[in-house]
Amino acid sequence: MPNSLLRVLACGSVDDGKSTLIGRLLFECGTIPDDVMAALERDSRRFGTVRDGVDYALLVDGLEAEREQGVTIDVAYRYFETPRRRFILADAPGHQQYTRNMVTGASTADLAILLVDARKGLLAQTRRHSAIASLLGVRDVVLAVNKMDLVDFDQSVFDAIVSGFHALLDKLGPLSVTAIPVCARDGDNVTSASERVSWFSGPTLLSALESAEPSRPASRQPFRMPVQYVNRPDHTFRGYAGTVSSGTLRPGSRITNAASRVEAKIERIVTMDGDLDAAEQGQPVTLVLDREIDVSRGDVLAEDPSPALADQINAWVVWMDETPLFRGRSYQLMLGSRTVTGTITDITNRLDVDTLNEVGVRELHLNEIGRVAISLSHPVCCEPYETSRALGGFILIDRLSRATVGAGMITEIRAGRTNVHWHQLDVDKRARAGLNGQKPAVLWFTGLSGAGKSTIANLVEKRLLAAGRHTMTLDGDNVRHGLNRDLGFSEADRVENIRRIAEVSRLFVEAGLIVLVSFISPYRAERMLARERVAEGEFLEIFVDTPVDECRRRDPKGLYQKADAGQIRNFTGVDAPYEEPLDPEIHLRTLDAPPEVLAAQIVDALRERGIIV
Amino acid sequence: MTTAPAHLQALEAESIHILREVAAQAARPVMLYSIGKDSSVLLHLARKAFFPAPPPFPLLHIDTTWKFRDMIAFRDATVRRFGLELRRHTNPDGLAQGINPFDHGSVYTQVMKTDALKQALTAGDYDFAIGGARRDEERSRAKERIFSVRGPGHTWEPKRQRPELWHLYNGTLAPGETLRVFPLSNWTELDVWTYILAENIDVVPLYFAAERPTVIRDGLIIVVDDDRMRFQPGEKPVGRMVRFRSLGCYPLSAAVESDAASVEDIVHEMRTTRVSERAGRLIDQDQGASMEKKKREGYF
Repeated sequence: MPNSLLRVLACGSVDDGKSTLIGRLLFECGTIPDDVMAALERDSRRFGTVRDGVDYALLVDGLEAEREQGVTIDVAYRYFETPRRRFILADAPGHQQYTRNMVTGASTADLAILLVDARKGLLAQTRRHSAIASLLGVRDVVLAVNKMDLVDFDQSVFDAIVSGFHALLDKLGPLSVTAIPVCARDGDNVTSASERVSWFSGPTLLSALESAEPSRPASRQPFRMPVQYVNRPDHTFRGYAGTVSSGTLRPGSRITNAASRVEAKIERIVTMDGDLDAAEQGQPVTLVLDREIDVSRGDVLAEDPSPALADQINAWVVWMDETPLFRGRSYQLMLGSRTVTGTITDITNRLDVDTLNEVGVRELHLNEIGRVAISLSHPVCCEPYETSRALGGFILIDRLSRATVGAGMITEIRAGRTNVHWHQLDVDKRARAGLNGQKPAVLWFTGLSGAGKSTIANLVEKRLLAAGRHTMTLDGDNVRHGLNRDLGFSEADRVENIRRIAEVSRLFVEAGLIVLVSFISPYRAERMLARERVAEGEFLEIFVDTPVDECRRRDPKGLYQKADAGQIRNFTGVDAPYEEPLDPEIHLRTLDAPPEVLAAQIVDALRERGIIV
Repeated sequence: MTTAPAHLQALEAESIHILREVAAQAARPVMLYSIGKDSSVLLHLARKAFFPAPPPFPLLHIDTTWKFRDMIAFRDATVRRFGLELRRHTNPDGLAQGINPFDHGSVYTQVMKTDALKQALTAGDYDFAIGGARRDEERSRAKERIFSVRGPGHTWEPKRQRPELWHLYNGTLAPGETLRVFPLSNWTELDVWTYILAENIDVVPLYFAAERPTVIRDGLIIVVDDDRMRFQPGEKPVGRMVRFRSLGCYPLSAAVESDAASVEDIVHEMRTTRVSERAGRLIDQDQGASMEKKKREGYF
């Protein structure tokens, strides 16, 4: 019976014969039942690319669409076992979308198989795959040089590829490499030693997989466990459930809640099979402490030295979404069992995975990998990815679509809240606003160009002023002449523009003012970003709803005319989208009433909400 | 701690981690309970994950009314034994129309299983539904996520599926979305049986070989479970030593000839067997991609 589990990532493209290699491996390990084999022989005649034979590649093709196209589009997981080991093999395609698929497969892998076509040698693709595996912390590599039959099993071809790969290691960092000449189609050196490469004395692919002993640094490190779930069936039991991410733990061990630095001792390690004398890395446990301390999901229980508590991190981020990543954008960031808001404060470099050099950039596109600085809404216990995959790897979640759009690996932990204290001011916004007889608020007017945002905002401000209220107006156009004059209209600059306006609004709110912002702000994500800068109830989204035909008819600045003539690009409502607010605090339909009436409606709403009395 | 082999301990740990993520992230989770061996393992893992508390979610059984009698008896005994909350659902429209596996074939599966499941999930307003599907069951499942997102109407679309990295499971949902969660994704059929052996988990007796009344149709062995069985002209039940590898509704699940009368025997048989698990499920054989089609429609 197998005595361990190994997670393997297979990298390479269909052309390198990767599917054939995997299919062959599964077949020779006895994983393929007779009825599936019969189906395979039938399919080989219909779809197969191997003349007069079984196309093993068809064993590992999954979805209908890709089988017809002959291209793999996502990570597929395969399972097989030998008397020595059980394997989970992540099969990541080499062509399309390769980065995000490979990163996904590599994130849990102990070892990577890099497939090279002997005729083609090392390609840019091999460098890419090696770079990604290395970045994700996969340190053990099997270099499988395939299609040796097509180079007459020539040792010099193999040797040249192997020495070329070793030359790459300078840039990749330390990898443990086993190189093997194979012919997947015929099975040479897959599970049994090939007689056609008598010059080769190394292991077959399968025996290399069986005997690999990947280093698992986490077992030697101090104890850490992110708390997943507080188990509290009744008042007699309170246990903290989670998976030990590093180290070893015993009853009596002294631990702290790394966030609060409050200490306790482990009283029991509870499982359904009885209490344990020790728990180690990878084990799911429920811990009972000797005293009541405040612990909830997302906290990390740790032994000294405790992990850092950070609210600023630097990381490699792999971008997985069609919409590029810009500075200023905010996402949900999930790390360990904690989810916080992460705001991109900087993007500096992109890793060119073909050359392994870094290039200066300001945005990241789909499948690009870059160095990114992130500011966190709450301090998070974390460690560099090199030290801990569990506390150093995170995902970014889009707050509207809820999709996973990025993956990150922490490289540096910066300025935790423990070092930089937020200046606690005795005079706060409530005091300042109270002086004015009002509550501070942001009135965020959004709508198409020409919708009437500024007109209505001006009327509102006049009324507030007349009532003795203290206000401030920020107009999108005017701000561009001063504070934001260094910004253009690229996607990245637009995001930065809105970030600054949101920050300035927040400062004015701190000053106790009612801030009126007129700003097209076409994207929901941007408006959400501004909303999150201030407290709950302080942000009023006002949708100035005017149909685009009416705006074009009004065209107060002649902009629609220019946009229609192609003189202005990315003009909202013409060739760029406007995402209507889904649930605005105030919805004004300008065709239904004149601006004066609409302004009065807003003032009434402010009174109802207690912002003014 | 379990005495299971190391690779099963690793799989167990992963599954328990996933189940705890569901409990922590879901608002209204439910566990699909189909009574089979995978459900037995899933339930065992859920009991382990939350010990000493019971699993913090109810079980949901989609009752087609055509389950083997032994399955229903086992279900009720299990629920009693562990003090679980069981919710049952049968598609009332299908019942009223008399939809049955003899007359209606694949329509029966659609109405009494797929539609019934969707009805129950919608009625219960469940956001996370835990199921026992494994990636090794069928090749179109090899790419299924552990947290599999379903759009409005419980539809599965490749584009909605999220990359899954490390052991971070994104369970946040956009309006109209729900999740199916598969904690046994990385298990194989052999793992399931080896684990049942190591952990001494009870399973429905139909998995063990016994002499049962059978008929042979289209090369498949059909067990006669009750008097609702319809015989074709000339058919007579014959006693054969058979067992099931996969359990569904009785006229649609084929048995295999076997002498494996204990879990040890089954593990031994598994290590030497050369036929795939779902070969006995009549609904899966139309064409290679038929499972994918069913999945898009909302089948588990």
